[in-house]
Amino acid sequence: MRVQVDVAIIGGGPAGLAAAIACHDQGIQDILILERDRHLGGILQQCIHTGFGLHRFGEELTGPEYAHIFIDGVKDRNISYLLDTMVIEIRKDKIIYALNSEKGLIEIEAKAIILAMGCRERTRGAIQIPGDRPAGVYTAGMAQLLVNMEGYLPGKEIVILGSGDIGLIMARRLTWEGANVKMVCEIMPYSSGLARNIRQCLDDYDIPLLFNHTVVKVHGSKRLEGVTIAEVDSNRVPIPGSERYIECDTLLLSVGLLPENELSEGANVLLDEITGGPIVDEYRHTSVDGIFACGNVLHVHDLVDYVSEEAEIAARGVARYLKGDKSDSRISISHGAGIQYTVPHIISSRDEDVELFFRANGIYNDGMIQLTYGKDILYTKRYNHIVPGKMERIRIKKDILRQLDMEGNIRISWRQREDELSDEAHMYSLSTGM
Amino acid sequence: MKLICTVCPQGCEITVKKNDEGWHVEGNRCKRGREFALQETISPMRVLTTSVWIEGGDHKLVSVKTDRPIPKEKIGEAIGELCDITINAPVGRGDIIIKNIADTDANIIATRDVRLSS
Repeated sequence: MRVQVDVAIIGGGPAGLAAAIACHDQGIQDILILERDRHLGGILQQCIHTGFGLHRFGEELTGPEYAHIFIDGVKDRNISYLLDTMVIEIRKDKIIYALNSEKGLIEIEAKAIILAMGCRERTRGAIQIPGDRPAGVYTAGMAQLLVNMEGYLPGKEIVILGSGDIGLIMARRLTWEGANVKMVCEIMPYSSGLARNIRQCLDDYDIPLLFNHTVVKVHGSKRLEGVTIAEVDSNRVPIPGSERYIECDTLLLSVGLLPENELSEGANVLLDEITGGPIVDEYRHTSVDGIFACGNVLHVHDLVDYVSEEAEIAARGVARYLKGDKSDSRISISHGAGIQYTVPHIISSRDEDVELFFRANGIYNDGMIQLTYGKDILYTKRYNHIVPGKMERIRIKKDILRQLDMEGNIRISWRQREDELSDEAHMYSLSTGM
Repeated sequence: MKLICTVCPQGCEITVKKNDEGWHVEGNRCKRGREFALQETISPMRVLTTSVWIEGGDHKLVSVKTDRPIPKEKIGEAIGELCDITINAPVGRGDIIIKNIADTDANIIATRDVRLSS
């Protein structure tokens, strides 16, 4: 089978669905979503807990409810999609090869492509826990699929490594299903999960959360029999003598997510080493002409609401691209003190305000985020508190962008409040000058 | 009682005490924090989300929730009522699966569609 489309969207999860709807609403007619699962909605379908959609819809929906709003949106617009369809290759000339048991090999020629493949969980291999290799070691999301979609309980005596939100949610879920969650170990001195989840998923059920602790060994021949945990020092190295053996039949890993970019790499899309996702401009256009990216394939988001929003940004980019709008600049964004990453990485047009998303690389209190251009301060925003677990955003006005060189560099950094006084004179000159 | 406020990401550490004059709340930086702390102390409420076996559908389980928060101490009883039941497909989002679960006045409703298996 061979088809031609205006836009091919790789992935029918929250990013792909929102991108498809927004592309349609931008006037693009010929859209095709390619989804490898047997239903649309992606990982939301197994996230049966509430907490989705508070920003976007003003109410707390469950994952399936959030997904259904977008699935209905796709169906109402008669947007085409193929299920059970695995994309095996994307070429940089925007030819896609996909496989499907009914249609066989499908060749799709697209004018534009939106990458919306999402992310995968890091596994035991990714964090290299030594020891035996018995059954009973699962990623938290895999356990979630088993419990919520398939009706299997992965075990009865559970230890969870990692206090990200999926791990916390699963601690409660397994408790509700009758398992005994013995503890959650977190290698960092803080949790990347929401305070609400720590309260409602751990504290409600007296599940201990051990900071600065990790699993250093897995024991068991056929089935997991126990794990050795240890306290770690400030460099995250286990402290000798602090080891403890914990009997358990199941270890869940909630140790981070990795954007799934094998297909992107095959198309020569350049990736950011920090995010693991493509390097993009403000329209989420990657380094390859006509290939865009959004959602967790680009960088891991805190909330699905922001994934939907980003998908709409990418759709606007695709609409501009198909109309032939070209970029007029290449302003790069570099990160200074306190900043882990930004999206976008470059700004390629100066027609609109640009929303800059960023994540801190540590916990900081009482200071500000500054955008600087050479010696000039473009923008300052105060923050009482900034943490890696929360994606922040600031808006750069187009009037400011238009005063910069086409190939200039904007630097974003965190400054403590005490550093601030010396800048006042400078800020004054800028506010009069711009 | 000490608790971390979860109304916003600031995460205020709030202390709630009871004396002769009534409840005393400290450490909150806003009014919503006070309300949160009192609710959590006096009568914490939670939405229950779980899944229920379904027969004849294109999925083995249908995800469900309480249509309003229920008292935290009722969660166990509510799960007990749900773990033994099997319903029949089809089910639509919002359909009531069980009325007045665990005498809480809340209903259990489906949060997804399950169609008849083809």
